[in-house]
Amino acid sequence: MTEQEIIERIKNILVEEFEVDEDIIKAESNLYEELELDSLDSVDLVVALENEFQFKVDRTKDEEKLRQMRTLKDVTGFIQSKM
Amino acid sequence: MPLNKVVITGMGAVSPFGVGVPVFLEKLFSGKSAVVNMRDKWAPQIEDLMCYVGAPLPEELDEKLIPRKFRKTMGKTAILAYFSVKEAITQSGITEEILSSGRTGVSFSSSTGSAVSTEQFFVEHIRTKSARSLPSGIFFQVMSHTSAANIAQAFNIRGRAISPNSACSSAAQSIGLGFEAIQCGKQDIVVCGGSDELHVTTSASFDMVQAASYKYNDNPTKTPRPFDAERDGTVCGEGAGCVILESEQSAKSRGAEIFGEIIGFATNSSGVHMAHADVESIAICMSNALRESNITPANVDYINAHATGTIIGDISEAKAIEKVFGSQKIPVSSLKGYFGHTLGASGVLELIGVLEMMNRDSIIPTLNLDTPDPECAGIKHVKEIENKKINVVIKNSFAFGGINTVLIVKRY
Repeated sequence: MTEQEIIERIKNILVEEFEVDEDIIKAESNLYEELELDSLDSVDLVVALENEFQFKVDRTKDEEKLRQMRTLKDVTGFIQSKM
Repeated sequence: MPLNKVVITGMGAVSPFGVGVPVFLEKLFSGKSAVVNMRDKWAPQIEDLMCYVGAPLPEELDEKLIPRKFRKTMGKTAILAYFSVKEAITQSGITEEILSSGRTGVSFSSSTGSAVSTEQFFVEHIRTKSARSLPSGIFFQVMSHTSAANIAQAFNIRGRAISPNSACSSAAQSIGLGFEAIQCGKQDIVVCGGSDELHVTTSASFDMVQAASYKYNDNPTKTPRPFDAERDGTVCGEGAGCVILESEQSAKSRGAEIFGEIIGFATNSSGVHMAHADVESIAICMSNALRESNITPANVDYINAHATGTIIGDISEAKAIEKVFGSQKIPVSSLKGYFGHTLGASGVLELIGVLEMMNRDSIIPTLNLDTPDPECAGIKHVKEIENKKINVVIKNSFAFGGINTVLIVKRY
């Protein structure tokens, strides 16, 4: 799966499940400051990504990486590392 | 220190008649019943249920009108509450600045958190033996103070947020505690009310203690039958109601329209039984509310009964009214026959009905009261619309758990 395909699928999740306006989503968009997700959304986003990309997050090992995810690009990188 | 006068400056309703106060009052005064047969929905869920009547909302709510940021932590109970609060705040004209001033609070409650969300939580948990696949907002939908907390966040209310959950007395207690907070000068405005959603387990709770109606499943508009000799139990409904309580001074300074005044509130426990309404404690509660209001039974023009159509509850309330009001023969009616028992919302929805009765000087009769039970005969039942000047009204609201609550409202 290419990086662009991953980004498109994440965008789709953000639009469908988190009701983010598609027009404001860019690879560099900050999930919290620009797309207005909050701490509860970040929990739900991880579950949505697990379902979409069929991997399991190890909450103890991945905790720090998840905390550092800020942009769509960061999320894409995290998914690539899990696949 | 003199106590502040407390007035009502806004109302909101989501009821088995639909969304909004206008439709609620229009259907109520036209004598319609919102009770329907629920067999198709409930029978597949609980096979041995006897009660298949309920009073659900007649339409789906457009939940997307609530920003997702707030909606994600709301189950249906809080969503119902949101729409009633939105209507009441709009009517009252309270600004965002006043809401967030710290001088405005919220006092709102329900029997439980969202029953639908609770079901979702446990079904998923038992199926997966995990809690991770559940949405993160679900706890906030299930928690007991879900309505008060969600309203406070959605409307940026920064005063006190309290949630005196007491089953069917929830709204009346919420209004009473808001009233006291304003009386004592702790808050200038309190957004008060209650909400509850209709779920098969709610009706089952009444069904299992033989308090739910079942003989009229195929003739649903004939039940519940408060005070009637042929009554066989209550009918659960759903909805939410909100009243904006405000100090007279605050309301006048804003030039707000005033719809009535709360002059008394009392609440107590029966100390006798969890499920049976008790004559003595109800009489104590009404007497306490009268004393606090500095009025006598002779000053009361109408009593809006809690009367849900249960065998024991209606008798206890009738006897308690007879005990306190004696030969005064004050008109008494119950609104449960029209839109069922809306549980945590009943106290406030019925209060909104009372305020309109006061406005029109017209008492709505008890629907389905054909032949009063001889055990309930010691009070003056209203069986047809009665036009009379209404200045002071007693609003009763009781609950499982032995909770009694009485509000007294006065024309302003």
